[in-house]
This record gives sequence, C-alpha cells and structure tokens, in this order.
Amino acid sequence: MSAAEKFTQAFLYNDRWMQYLRGVGTTLLVTVIALLIGVVLGTAVALLRTAHDQRRGKSNPFLWLLNGFLHIYVTVIRGTPMMVQLLIMAMVIFASSRNFTLVGALTLGINSGAYVSEIVRGGLMSVDIGQMEAGRSLGLNYMQTMRFVIIPQAIKAVLPALGNEFIILLKDTSLITFIGGKELLYAAQGIMNRTYEAMFPLLIVAAMYLILVMIFTRMLGILERKLRQSDRR
Amino acid sequence: MIDVKGLKKTFDDQVVLDGIDLNVEKGDVICIVGPSGCGKSTFLRCLTRLEEPTGGQVLLDGEEVTEKGIDDIRARMGMVFQHFNLFPNMTVKRNITLAPVERGLMTQKEADARAMELLERIGLADKADVYPAMLSGGQKQRIAIVRALAMDPEVLLFDEPTSALDPEMVGEVLQLMQDLAREGMTMVVVTHEMGFAREVASRVIFIDEGRIKEEKPPAEFFDHPEHPRLKDFLSKVL
Repeated sequence: MSAAEKFTQAFLYNDRWMQYLRGVGTTLLVTVIALLIGVVLGTAVALLRTAHDQRRGKSNPFLWLLNGFLHIYVTVIRGTPMMVQLLIMAMVIFASSRNFTLVGALTLGINSGAYVSEIVRGGLMSVDIGQMEAGRSLGLNYMQTMRFVIIPQAIKAVLPALGNEFIILLKDTSLITFIGGKELLYAAQGIMNRTYEAMFPLLIVAAMYLILVMIFTRMLGILERKLRQSDRR
Repeated sequence: MIDVKGLKKTFDDQVVLDGIDLNVEKGDVICIVGPSGCGKSTFLRCLTRLEEPTGGQVLLDGEEVTEKGIDDIRARMGMVFQHFNLFPNMTVKRNITLAPVERGLMTQKEADARAMELLERIGLADKADVYPAMLSGGQKQRIAIVRALAMDPEVLLFDEPTSALDPEMVGEVLQLMQDLAREGMTMVVVTHEMGFAREVASRVIFIDEGRIKEEKPPAEFFDHPEHPRLKDFLSKVL
C-alpha cells in the first residue's frame, strides 16, 4: 500500500476524520472542565494558604488546620504520577462509574489545581508588600485589597506560567485514553486497531494536538499583551 | 488628636521603640528626625498598626487604636510612603477614587470629580488617565499624597516621603506638603529634610535608641540643641 493509500485509509475512508474531530471535541471539553476546576481550586487553595502565611498575631486554628490539609493535597498530587492518579480515580474511587471522560476531567482538574495553586501563590507573594500596606492604609480591608490591588497584579505576573500549565493540561488529556475516555488519542487507537497501521493515525493526532496548542498559545499572547497596557512608558 | 503612651516595639529580642510618649494636636506639624535605624519609621507605622506595637497605647481622639475596627481608623489617618506605593494596575484617577468609592464615602461620579479637583490643584489633571509607570518620582509621590487626601483624613502620616526621589524632584513634593501644612492639615512627618523641618514644623522630635531624646519648636531645636546625641547628629546633617 502506498503512503497516500495508507493516509486515505487512516483519515478519509468511512468518514474516519469524523472520529478524530469528535476526539478533538472531547479533548477540548475535558480541557475546559479540568481548566475550570484547576483554576478555581488552585486559586482558592493559593488564597487560603497565603491568608494563613500572612496572618498576624494569634493564629486561627481553623485556618491552621485547613492550611495543613491543603499542604497535604499539594504534596500528594505533585508527588505522584498523573497516570497513577487517573487509574486510582477510575478503578478505585469511581470504580462503578462508566463515565470515563468525566472521571478523567475531574482527575485532571484536581491535579492541575495543585500546580496552579503553587503558581498563583508565587504570584501573590511576588507582589510588593508595599501594595498591601498602601491598600490597607487607605482603609480597604484585606479582601478588598486582595481583589482590587494584589490579585490583578499577581495574575499578570503568573500568566506565562499559567499558560504553560494549561498547555501541559491540554496534552495530558491524552492520558484519559487509558481509562477509556473517548478523546483524540482514543480515536486514533480505534482506527489503528482496525487498520493495523500506526503511523498515520498517530501523526494525524500529533498534528492536531500541535494545532490546538498553537491556537491556545496565540490566544494567551493576545491576553498578555492586553494586560501589559499598564507597563507602557 | 493623637495620644501615644509608652509605645514599645521589639523585633524578636531587639528593642526598636522603648517607651515613646507623644501628643499631637489638631493642626500640628510634627517632624521626626533621627539617625537611620533609630525606629522613627517603625514609630510611624505603629500609629496605624502596619507594625503591631509590643506595648503601650495609641489613642485617636481618645479612642484606642486596636486591631478591631482598624480599617475605620486607617480611613481617618492617611499614610504616604517612601516608595509611593501607587497601584500600578490602575490609572491615576482610579488610584485616587478606589478607596473612597469602595468604602462607600462617595459614588464613583463624586469621587471622579473630587479626584480631578485634587489633580487640578497639583497641576497633574492631564495625567488622570495614565498609569503610574508613566510618571516621574515626584509626580508619583504627589499623586500618592492626593490619594491619601481623597479620603479626607484627620491626619496625614509621611514616612520619608522624599528619600526615594531624585534631588530635582524633592522640591515639588515638599512644596505640596508645605501648602497642606499652611492650610491647617495635621501632619506627622518622618524626614531627613532639615530645611523643611525648620520651616514648616510646629515641633521637631529627635528619636535615638528607641526613645524621644529631644522635643522642641524648630528654632530652638536647631539653634539650641541640648542632648549630646542630637548635637552630634545635627553637626553631621546640617
């Protein structure tokens, strides 16, 4: 079989390109769900841990306990392989669930949250202490100062690192294939199993991941440029 | 207006303030001078609890300043920092209007009008919509002062407001401070500008080793210093 025939078989025959596209759809859906979970979870964890680190005077036992728990969460998630986490979620915790895609998205989100929390925490800490002092000195409370002054500056500082994390997240969605999630790589595997040809299906999905990441990167670049507005001299 | 009684501050086992008593009346301009590391900035920061005092009391209009209700106290005591601390993520106008609006003192519209009025006064109305990164140090500090003024504070605290400025920009900031003093603003100023202290202060205070070593009207303070540490200090800085 010629290369052209192999390509036709891998991509066009029986409308197989539809399977890839459906895979892309699932990949994007999983990415968006995981991204939302990751950002919300990560930001919340970062804010709580920063509040704990910045407290003054007597320590709040509730905050102390929560901080300890969150510290364990971050340590465990960052200290174990993504693949193992996926398998534990799919085969132990949600063993009875058949919705592998959603279980995968949830796992990725929880995983991403741990990394995002450390990125955001670093960003919050990188904002000059004088900014918090200025906000508080004007009579704004801690939450107001965080919301209007600290967090916007922190987000701008961490955007490149967050972008990097999102790209990793997008590509890591391919792992949910191995717990039965029907995303892009899963589509390629199905076609490989039917045609006994590996090269084109794999090259096609590689190209598709690459295009997705490039679109993503471009969007982030535009956002960064918008946020840099206040730096212009 | 402000009563400080036996204020103490220690960092770990280092004593920075060792019992400071001070009374500030309405319309006073108190200048605090002293060698670096003597605790004068720490003293100022203790007044609004940016540093937590280890002992003693601060009273504002007879009411003790504590962690509870601190935001309301701070809204009444403006603070100007050495490094300006403007918010770089907001325009000049928003820097000025943020606190009055968020604290519910004014609507955004009222605050905008007030901000423009204040900017007009310092000749920077054309900078209302630019970001702080585009301003010179002197402009930043004057806007920081105006930002504090927008809260209509009872007293303004200045923590070495000209120390981070290029020499040619010091004058414009001191001029604004002098104008405010003339209008009867109550001010406590930590400074190295002896000329300003001599001309504008109602009293000058010398802090050394965490204590007030001398407290006098400026003419006497500079012309007839008593404490040997002050004599030594003045001989170096004048």
